[in-house]
Amino acid sequence: MSTQTNSGPGITGGGAQADQTTNRRVRRALFGCTIITVLTTLAIFFVLIDNAASYFFGAKLTEMLMGATGEQAVTFTEFFTGTRWAPDHATPAHGVAPIVFGTVAVTVGAAFVSIPIGTATAIYLSEYASDGVRAKLKPTLEILAGIPTIVYGYFAIAFVNPVIIGPIADALFGINVGRYSLLSGMLVVGIMTIPMVSSISEDAMSAVPDDLRNGAYALGATKYDVSTKIVLPASISGVFASYILAVSRAIGETMAVSLAAGYTANITANPFDEIMTMTAYMVQMARGTSAVGTVEYQSLFAVGVLLFVMTLTMNLLNDWFKRRFQEEYR
Amino acid sequence: MSAETDDALFTDIDLGWEHRKNRIFLGLIFAASMFGVVMLALLLLDVATDFYVGITEYNISLGEFFTRDGSRREELSGFRGAIVASIFLMVLTAILSFFVGVGSAIYLEEYAPNNRTTRLIEANLANLAGVPSIVYGLLALAAFVNGIGMGPILVAGAIALALLVMPIIIVSTQEALRAVPDGLRNGSYATGATEWQTIRRVVLPAAIPGIMTGTILALARAIGETAPLIMVGAIFVNRVPFGPFDRFSAMPTQIYNWANEPSQHFIHLAAVGIVVLLAFMFVMNGIAIYVRNRYETEV
Repeated sequence: MSTQTNSGPGITGGGAQADQTTNRRVRRALFGCTIITVLTTLAIFFVLIDNAASYFFGAKLTEMLMGATGEQAVTFTEFFTGTRWAPDHATPAHGVAPIVFGTVAVTVGAAFVSIPIGTATAIYLSEYASDGVRAKLKPTLEILAGIPTIVYGYFAIAFVNPVIIGPIADALFGINVGRYSLLSGMLVVGIMTIPMVSSISEDAMSAVPDDLRNGAYALGATKYDVSTKIVLPASISGVFASYILAVSRAIGETMAVSLAAGYTANITANPFDEIMTMTAYMVQMARGTSAVGTVEYQSLFAVGVLLFVMTLTMNLLNDWFKRRFQEEYR
Repeated sequence: MSAETDDALFTDIDLGWEHRKNRIFLGLIFAASMFGVVMLALLLLDVATDFYVGITEYNISLGEFFTRDGSRREELSGFRGAIVASIFLMVLTAILSFFVGVGSAIYLEEYAPNNRTTRLIEANLANLAGVPSIVYGLLALAAFVNGIGMGPILVAGAIALALLVMPIIIVSTQEALRAVPDGLRNGSYATGATEWQTIRRVVLPAAIPGIMTGTILALARAIGETAPLIMVGAIFVNRVPFGPFDRFSAMPTQIYNWANEPSQHFIHLAAVGIVVLLAFMFVMNGIAIYVRNRYETEV
């Protein structure tokens, strides 16, 4: 600054103009950085759809633009209505239902763990816990969210499945549980999504104005009444937003479910069976040696599109709930 | 109001039951809160026990663990190649994500007009943060590993991780920039400084500890990410990578390989690997907290 005013002829001289030029250039460069984030989203869309097109139509979109026509590889009817999933099998089958079942089953099971426990934890933290307890409990639970998912996978395969689920299944139902089980996947994914529900729900509950609570106390309500009949309903959109975030995370969860629930595509009502989620299928394929361009390889992207659409829907829904909650208290 | 009507109004309310209900509820939600804590304790205890058993019963020597690379033979397996690869990955990821991430955040906080384009960019950022990590792996696989023929090399893995942590770095940088009071900016503008001069001389020096803390935390998350690396193909190699263009297997992918083996020896190798990985994350988190406490000045 000072150096430039010294060298320039005056306050409106060349120095100030040069500064303005630099400022404009920097602004354009930084805008370029920002555009990279937009390009990332577009690239994800493009890459997934381009490769998935090859799975269904035998040629990528880009190849089709150049005039290539592929043979129809997999029909939409087979993909969406078939009930056997084995693209890399000697007699391949392309019904996506079993792995979608795997993902949905793990997600629903995990929600049964994380939603009640997370909500209860949030009510305890926001309404009952003293400041001292909250200051210790909240960061402790957030460690759960910071542990890498591979460690949860290890926890499942080395402890939850063989030490907890195995003996219980054997004692109660006489079922011999293998290395992997659906129940173990539900449990570990449930545990790892608890802090998401508890943290965000607690933020929503703490944002409820004290006037509402005091009004209820003045009418003689107990803390239980205030928590369940005033605070929870008043913060419900924020609480729902946390549920949806947890569900979205469970759908996209990869390492924990691979090591917990296994790699056998299977529609089953037995929680002790091994299943395969969409993400576990991708991991299994990546570990295999299928050549680039084969139907097996392209199936990765067809499953990827489906996964991306599922999580995108959840994210948009989450966004909608969040905005509704912000409107209520602003 | 007379005493009789009071009685008539409140006879159907059993105060004792109301209080019991309150206490039962407190008991339930307290138990639920402890569930998460107990699970965390179990997880850490399980890893610690397996670590200890691995060293005592399976004779995994820590010295050899750090000086040998992965191997098909359990008694010859070590973690050196994976550790070196992970450190390489972190450095590359930091280089690739830091400047672009911080640049985007500066644009969004300091320059961006409040219009539809900006809101669209912000919404897109929120969505990117929710994309499953495996999808970033698919992107890198199709676009870089096979698309431009990079092959399953370190740079490809670093690109996937950099794209993954970019939204985290941008959001934490935005928060750090927002924490700089407008008074400082206005003071600078009043002297005739341009926006960029203000950012470079006034805003960034005040915000840099917050930006560094956010970046280190984001990298601590990236070091444990497994799925994108597996999609990129970082699982077939055991040795130390020779540079950013060499094939590799990092700490989390090596742990995954071991955990998938049926042999108990490999399971315990995985536990020792997890302890090393968690130690790395612990140190990185410690550095982040230190930077925040040491350099964050009250403004």
